[in-house]
Amino acid sequence: MTDTSLTPLTGPQGPKPRKSFSRRNIFLYGTLITITLFYALPLYVMFVTSLKGMPEIRLGNIFSPPLEVTFQPWVKAWSQACTGLTCNGLSTGFWNSVQITIPSVILSIIIASVNGYALSNWKFKGADAFFTILIFGAFIPYQVMLYPIVIMLREIGLYGSLGGLVLVHTVFGMPILTLLFRNYFTSLPEELFKAARVDGAGFWAIYTKIMVPMSLPIFTVAVILQVTGIWNDFLFGVVYTSPDNYPMTVSLNNIVNSTQGVKEYNVNMAATILTGLVPLSIYFVSGRLFVRGIAAGAVKG
Amino acid sequence: MALLPARLRVEKIMKNSVEIKNLDLQFGSVKVLQDLNLDIGKGEFLVLLGSSGCGKSTLLNCIAGLLDVSGGQIHINDRNVTWAEPSDRGIGMVFQSYALYPQMTVEGNLSFGLKNAKLPKPEIAKRIKQASEVLQIEPLLKRKPAALSGGQRQRVAIGRALVRDVDVFLFDEPLSNLDAKLRADLRVEIKRLHHKLQNTMIYVTHDQIEAMTLADRIAIMRGGQIMQLGSPAEIYGRPINKYVADFIGSPSMNFLDGHVENGTFEVGDLSIPLDGYEFVDASATDGPATMGIRPEHVVTGELVESAPFQVNVEVNLIEPTGSDTLVDCEVAGHHFRVRMDGQSRVSVGEKLRLGFAPTRASLFDANTELRL
Ligand SMILES: Nc1ncnc2c1ncn2[C@@H]1O[C@H](COP(=O)(O)OP(=O)(O)OP(=O)(O)O)[C@@H](O)[C@H]1O
Ligand SMILES: [Mg+2]
Repeated sequence: MTDTSLTPLTGPQGPKPRKSFSRRNIFLYGTLITITLFYALPLYVMFVTSLKGMPEIRLGNIFSPPLEVTFQPWVKAWSQACTGLTCNGLSTGFWNSVQITIPSVILSIIIASVNGYALSNWKFKGADAFFTILIFGAFIPYQVMLYPIVIMLREIGLYGSLGGLVLVHTVFGMPILTLLFRNYFTSLPEELFKAARVDGAGFWAIYTKIMVPMSLPIFTVAVILQVTGIWNDFLFGVVYTSPDNYPMTVSLNNIVNSTQGVKEYNVNMAATILTGLVPLSIYFVSGRLFVRGIAAGAVKG
Repeated sequence: MALLPARLRVEKIMKNSVEIKNLDLQFGSVKVLQDLNLDIGKGEFLVLLGSSGCGKSTLLNCIAGLLDVSGGQIHINDRNVTWAEPSDRGIGMVFQSYALYPQMTVEGNLSFGLKNAKLPKPEIAKRIKQASEVLQIEPLLKRKPAALSGGQRQRVAIGRALVRDVDVFLFDEPLSNLDAKLRADLRVEIKRLHHKLQNTMIYVTHDQIEAMTLADRIAIMRGGQIMQLGSPAEIYGRPINKYVADFIGSPSMNFLDGHVENGTFEVGDLSIPLDGYEFVDASATDGPATMGIRPEHVVTGELVESAPFQVNVEVNLIEPTGSDTLVDCEVAGHHFRVRMDGQSRVSVGEKLRLGFAPTRASLFDANTELRL
């Protein structure tokens, strides 16, 4: 027996030393910094421009911070900028978008989650065929269906209304959301579903009491997907609503592309940021929720 | 009632708890269960034992009503429940993965089924109290499943079946996710529970120790059919065919391929007298056969002298396990294992004299593999 505490250890020991300036690190951080700049720089330019007055903008120094901070462009973008004939700014479009997005997101997520639940747990006759058709729907280009839907909406009397657009968004969200929910529910342990059935829970009881509480992460993903998708939609908004009901993206386009007078870059920048604010805040709010949801849903064993 | 003959009356009392009649089940074109018949008595502990994929879980799911059968009937407590919902069948089920609802507390898990059945609150509280006392999970009632150990989770899962106050319990490999020590503990607890409640239990496992220790009767399944149904002693002592003989027992049975001739079993240059062997069919004819001898039925040392058959072998390999020592050798060109006491001193290459009694051996037809 030798006493190892007396003879000092030789050779590598303890944590492996890492070089902070290895070639790998330089490449990694270089790429990350470049990409960050690529995305952050335009945002920076937009932001500083929106806080400048027109005289300052005409100087042409797009990267310099504002000498004199003014919020006038933001106020104008929100409530005074002209779109064609009316001069109400983005506010009308904003409220229209809110009225479109909220019901569409809620409706599509409820329907799609029930669909996905039925498809994964209550295998009815023809479930697979139904699912295949639904998924196929995800690959049909929207443009093909643009005009037929105009006719359909007109026939049911919803053409030009917010309700019509809500319907369209709900339907178009269906394939991808159903796929999302079905795959998530399929990944939940089947024995849980069986146990609930033995416990006498029916279709809706299992859905509301067992499945939904376990599915916070996937609901968060669906909300992010739908809110950004529907808020940013331009095509359907233009095609299926009338000018009174135009969503915010269409208003923004009309403000930025209005041909009368001088181009007010600061107002345009402010309007653009305002329009992007909703998806942006959704990312910030639910991003954290998302991570927490995943952590909470992780039950080992 | 008084007019009924005594025998009929007895039958009325001894009614079966679960009856499975000509059960078929197929997934698409794959037939998993075929024409399966099984009667399980009231208060019986039946173990379904078989290798992986033989259809044990499928059968259990059919009884529970979680799978629609393709043919046949299922009766529980004299009621045809073939088309009944799982919750209306009077069964409780315990799953391998516990299947506890993760977002509910233990109490919520236990009360979920009762709330669905719209039981009054005081009744629910009473049943939860009883069940948690029996299973000793009272301190855990307010916890979520994630904050429980594996053994505690399985106890809660059993509790969930217990509170339903049903006559038939279904267990699908409830202990296989637990470590060996805990498994042994819970096994005893399940046995105790059965003694206490006296309800019917159908228990799926592929652990034969579990099967032997728990069962009143064992059903050995293979390929969607029941090969043998009998008490543990019967299954162990008189396996109906070579598959069952090989499947039951650890270390597994030794097999010698030879043939039966005039009341002896001839293998190589050995001839083993079959005096006292109980043939299934007394008029069994001579012919090729396989003899099976369990390693623990072979004797060594002084006991050999009293054994009806004796043979000399050379030790090839020794596997000490603590309590026993397994000795590998060769008998008439066949690999042969012997279980000796852990205390006995043997070494590789040593000559050993073995003896065994043909009455404890099993003979199987070489072609049909059925017991002779
Ligand atoms: N949904 C299904 N579709 C098709 N085949 C299935 C399905 N479920 C089970 N099977 C098949 O049925 C057979 C029996 O499965 P089962 O789950 O009953 O086996 P088991 O005896 O419980 O096995 P284990 O001990 O591994 O749990 C297997 O061969 C399996 O492949
Ligand atoms: Mg199984």
